[in-house]
Amino acid sequence: MSPVSYLEDGTTVRSWLLSTDHKRIAILYMVSITLFFLVGGAAATLIRLELATPQPDLVSADTYNKLFSLHGVVMVWFFLIPSIPTVIGNFVLPLMLGARDLAFPRLNLFSWYLYLVGGLFTGVMMIKGGVDTGWTFYTPFSSMFSNTHVVLTVVGVFIVGFSSILTGLNFIVTTHKLRAPGLTWSRLPLFVWSLYATSVIMLLATPVLAMTLILLAVERIFRVGIFDPGLGGDPLLFQHLFWFYSHPAVYIMILPGMGVVSELIGCFSRKRVYGYKFVAGSSLAIAFFGFLVWGHHMFVAGQSVYAGLVFAFLSYMVAVPSAVKVFNWTATLRQGSIHLDTPMLYALGFIGLFTMGGLTGLFLAALAIDVHVHDTYFVISHFHYIMVGGMVSAYLGGIHYWWPKMSGRMYPELLGKLSALTLFIGFNLTFFPQYLLGFLGMPRRYHVYPPEFQVLNVLSTAGASILAVGYLLPLFYLLWSLRYGKRAPENPWHATGLEWQTPSPPPTDNFETVPIVTQEAYAYPVEEPHA
Amino acid sequence: MPDLAHQFQDLEQQRTADTLGMWAFLATEMMLFGAMFLGYTVYRWHYPRAFYLGAQRTDMVLGSLNTALLLTSSLSMALGVHFQRARHFGRVALCLGVTALLGAGFLALKLLEYWHHYQEGLAPGLNFHFPGPEASQVALFFVFYFVMTGLHAVHMTIGLGLVGFQTARAYRAESRLMPVTLTGLYWHFVDVIWVFLYPLFYLGGRS
Repeated sequence: MSPVSYLEDGTTVRSWLLSTDHKRIAILYMVSITLFFLVGGAAATLIRLELATPQPDLVSADTYNKLFSLHGVVMVWFFLIPSIPTVIGNFVLPLMLGARDLAFPRLNLFSWYLYLVGGLFTGVMMIKGGVDTGWTFYTPFSSMFSNTHVVLTVVGVFIVGFSSILTGLNFIVTTHKLRAPGLTWSRLPLFVWSLYATSVIMLLATPVLAMTLILLAVERIFRVGIFDPGLGGDPLLFQHLFWFYSHPAVYIMILPGMGVVSELIGCFSRKRVYGYKFVAGSSLAIAFFGFLVWGHHMFVAGQSVYAGLVFAFLSYMVAVPSAVKVFNWTATLRQGSIHLDTPMLYALGFIGLFTMGGLTGLFLAALAIDVHVHDTYFVISHFHYIMVGGMVSAYLGGIHYWWPKMSGRMYPELLGKLSALTLFIGFNLTFFPQYLLGFLGMPRRYHVYPPEFQVLNVLSTAGASILAVGYLLPLFYLLWSLRYGKRAPENPWHATGLEWQTPSPPPTDNFETVPIVTQEAYAYPVEEPHA
Repeated sequence: MPDLAHQFQDLEQQRTADTLGMWAFLATEMMLFGAMFLGYTVYRWHYPRAFYLGAQRTDMVLGSLNTALLLTSSLSMALGVHFQRARHFGRVALCLGVTALLGAGFLALKLLEYWHHYQEGLAPGLNFHFPGPEASQVALFFVFYFVMTGLHAVHMTIGLGLVGFQTARAYRAESRLMPVTLTGLYWHFVDVIWVFLYPLFYLGGRS
């Protein structure tokens, strides 16, 4: 008689809302970030609809400003940053380490409640009329001039920031202290390495944002000049502090995605991940260099040209570990036994889209080109190639990959492949035209544009509708599979990793006995079980 | 082993995990205050004279007295941790009680100081009057003064809650070493922050 699974261990609402089980908390997060994704997605839909024509015919300028601000705030802090760490990371990190839970289970639950409280502030802000500063809250507009709910918004972000700090802290301690016997650092799955690097950024960068937002709120509430140049303040200081967090934050968003892709590529090539040490080390290198490049957001903001040069050079440095990853994934594919299951399709999509996004990032890091394309759709497109093309693909790939473990059910494979394909096509159709628009000079954050840009904008809007189908498909068939999906075996993908040695879904305590690790992480091929 | 949480194999693993957790938390706290220290530095660089004038208006007597209170509280905190290791719970309760009292004294004096500043017209945004052309820059000094010492006071208040809780525990002779040690770490950290705040806001105008 196998022990009862975590899904069946208590069925009351209370047994979910007060659970300290990392697996249940992961599910709580999955539900909440999906809701926020829908909110952010709805805002994006309205933006794309407005931009289908050059005239302002759907929403007013003010509403448009509020829409893109809401889209940014919700997607960055309530979806992208928590997505892979709090859902997939929470679920599989202790399993991958052979542990019974995270080091601080109650703190983990507390993080989720903080997320909810932050979300509540954002919801109230939305209902009361929104915010129009953009997700970047640039001063002195945000602190002195905006007539919208800036304080509510930054309080929400402040609180959700602590949620991510505590998650990072929990992951760091868990990775250091709760590894199973024999699970040395050089045997850790690459996903664990990437989560570790992410957690370090969460821990060290997020508090700077917290402090910056406090100063912003103080300036706004008390009308004192911290960042307002009219009162002796320095608006550039705000930008330095903001980007000191917000640039590393994009690595908080992408690093876990890279970790997921490393797992997927290894598993579906049935091959050892090429250059394990370099892939692991590149995560740490990205985290490290990520702290030194924030100034590339400020090339035209008035910082010194020498600072610009140094920041441009350091930004190029980030490309090195990123490229190491892409090359190593590609090398892993070579002569692998490639299985094109849904997660693998997402992973391959990730590699292509991330490479596009990464290379255009180099354009933007080049001081001279940035002057031309700064604040245009080129930047928007670059960012979305990494964040949507890269990160969301990786998230969905990971969700499909670990879905059998999480739910105990298989999803319908054909629909899965269809969704991955739809997403890839819809994404490119949405965002590739935006590169062209940006290069032709269409600025971001305007609800009107010259008529000659309409063709590309219509293409983009059409792509967005395909993209929406690509997102809604998994939402429906994954829910469907909870009831009607085939029961999942312990290890449907013949993957390595301790998480596949537990039943699907795992029991509350994960492992009956503490597993002992004797192998490296990707000892493929795994023997096919006897049917 | 009643103290052992289910995710750990043994007490040693739990102890090192808890300790690492607290150090990681202090790292995040350091970046939190670090951002403020950076802001202070930038404006002091921009407006050295205004910051000099501002620092002359803080209350040297109360500030120094508070420094003494806080440093003494750290001593009694350290003694508390020491006695906890030796399992003299009565003395632990005494030491932690003294720590809490000194901490509460610090907060009381700090509030008094804030009240004085408010009355003297040194509270930007609420009541601020400063003669001369550098008024808005001196206001900036006091913004940082209030935000930084205020944030420190918030941390003191949390620390006071923790210490009070541990005192009650020690008084009932509950033998849990870790929480006292970790509370001590936190208390000393908050204390060290003050050691930096004191010269920046009090000594700076009196060289």
